[in-house]
Amino acid sequence: MPKYIADFEHPIVELEKHLNDLKKNPSSTKKSYAREILRLEQEIDRLKVRVYRNLTPWQRIQLARHPERPQFLDYLSELFQNFIELRGDRLYGDDRAIIGGLANFNNFRVMVIGNEKGRKIKDKLEHNFGMPHPSGYRKAARLFRLAAKFHLPVVSFIDTPGAYPGIESEEHGQAGAIANNLRILAGLKVPVIAINIGEGGSGGALALGVANRVFMMENAYYSVITPEGCASILWGDSAHAPEAAAALALTADKLFKFKLIDGIIKEPLGGLRGEVLSVAAQLNEILLAALTELTGWDGEKLADERYKRLRKIGVFSEDKFYELAQGMRLIKGE
Amino acid sequence: MPIRDWFNKKKIRSPKQPTSKRTVPVGIWSKCADCNKIIYQKELFDNHFVCPECGHHYRLSAWQRIKLLTDPETFRETESGLSAKDPLKFKAGKTYAASLARAKKKSRLKEAVITGRGKINGVTVGLAVMDFNFIGGSMGSAVGEKIVRLIELSIAEKLPLIIVTSSGGARMQEGVFSLMQMAKTSAAIGRYQRFGLPYISILTNPTMGGVTASFASLADIIIAEPQALIGFAGPRIIEQTIKKKIPEGFQSSESMLKNGQIDMVVERGRLKSTVSTLLAMLTLGEAANA
Repeated sequence: MPKYIADFEHPIVELEKHLNDLKKNPSSTKKSYAREILRLEQEIDRLKVRVYRNLTPWQRIQLARHPERPQFLDYLSELFQNFIELRGDRLYGDDRAIIGGLANFNNFRVMVIGNEKGRKIKDKLEHNFGMPHPSGYRKAARLFRLAAKFHLPVVSFIDTPGAYPGIESEEHGQAGAIANNLRILAGLKVPVIAINIGEGGSGGALALGVANRVFMMENAYYSVITPEGCASILWGDSAHAPEAAAALALTADKLFKFKLIDGIIKEPLGGLRGEVLSVAAQLNEILLAALTELTGWDGEKLADERYKRLRKIGVFSEDKFYELAQGMRLIKGE
Repeated sequence: MPIRDWFNKKKIRSPKQPTSKRTVPVGIWSKCADCNKIIYQKELFDNHFVCPECGHHYRLSAWQRIKLLTDPETFRETESGLSAKDPLKFKAGKTYAASLARAKKKSRLKEAVITGRGKINGVTVGLAVMDFNFIGGSMGSAVGEKIVRLIELSIAEKLPLIIVTSSGGARMQEGVFSLMQMAKTSAAIGRYQRFGLPYISILTNPTMGGVTASFASLADIIIAEPQALIGFAGPRIIEQTIKKKIPEGFQSSESMLKNGQIDMVVERGRLKSTVSTLLAMLTLGEAANA
């Protein structure tokens, strides 16, 4: 399989190719060649820093969607032990776009739930590219309730382009299934911790994300609408997606600035590729701290805190004079 | 009680009805947008903007809807001074600030929802009505906040809650702030429902995206007007994804009813009496605050 290369990575890849050609050259042991190789290596390092330290929102989205980016099951096997998968919505199906079950995390017993996209074509089809049907959200709802019943904290991993937009999913109540999860999660009497590891596609992502603590990977995004969707509404053309991505303020740094998330997990230069080891220690620490803090709280306090967090979200203006003036005008019966 | 509510207790006349060419045909005689039959304008008015020939339901403004549902002179608006800000300084093609200014002018509203107390056949309710004329009835921070404040007021005063939706979904110009209003409103509805008070939602054309996927779908009883478009993903997105045409009548009130997603489809003329009957059935002996 050819390596996936994002547009903006082409200059780096070109230089790397050039470097490899030079190294393969039989006369590359000569001093002049050695100098040239060293120069190229430095050049590549500088370029990488320049490109990856100044990623545009659209470039980050490409990293968030990168085919080699680790997925939920990679994190699950690295950070959790004794995972026991629990399947099915008890209504009509088992949606593989959402995977969940019981697991140990350090000394904690938890309910862990996440979106899985799948990596090979066969897996992608099985997991429907991480786009859940109502059945997936209803399975999640069942596991949330189960977690509450047995006093297990919920840890969720968000990584979905969005809820699946299809005929069946609409007919089976996609909207209602998502809405119900929002309500259940908001009132859940156990700790809920959510980590956005890649794509946070709108309501379909939020349905696993109403939490006491919300974290994001450095190159993950969280958005009310896909940049492509936003562009096709505003310009009638999804080719404007990069501009839409910039306008939507959907990157981790922006959302942290707006106090919509609690923390960012740093990624290696160029984003995560293939492995989770480089972020495992950070994730472990963040999760452990959050679980340690929240497990001491009683159920009411947890649900209250979640409500208060949500209650604060929103930027609007309040014109008391307008209200008063309207009241006065109306009293006079004008 | 907050000071601002003192004034709301007084008699209020509804602000002037905005008329819009897009929602209702103007003139003495007009042609129905749906059946193309010539209809007498006054008859359309008297019929709550439902075509007397084919039953096509024209879109109502929020104030028209309030007039339809509440007893005369009983509606008291709350939080009328609340309106949108531009937290992202959003600019994509045109700016959010420009869209807001245009929406205010076009709809003569400050935001896409009106909230307040009103009486329905003598029963005081908390009522929110969305208006599609204001940026497609989209939900941003201010809309979410107004709805949540109405829910909290309804808890405090033990009022039944009625929400009439007409919305394209979450307002993209406020990004994740809008997305989070889905969670905020759903959480507030969850709290409200712990008190055994009835929540009825009335879905009108169209109710889509983040509004359907939050408070609109969480009601104890869900009513829809005939032939309304109701769903999560827009028909165009679905067609692009599945790469085929969607079937006739897909995402209509009638198909929602058939698929078990709503309780009933009620035509506009019977809406008030239906809500009133439901309230009597659900609140008898409890929140009977007539």
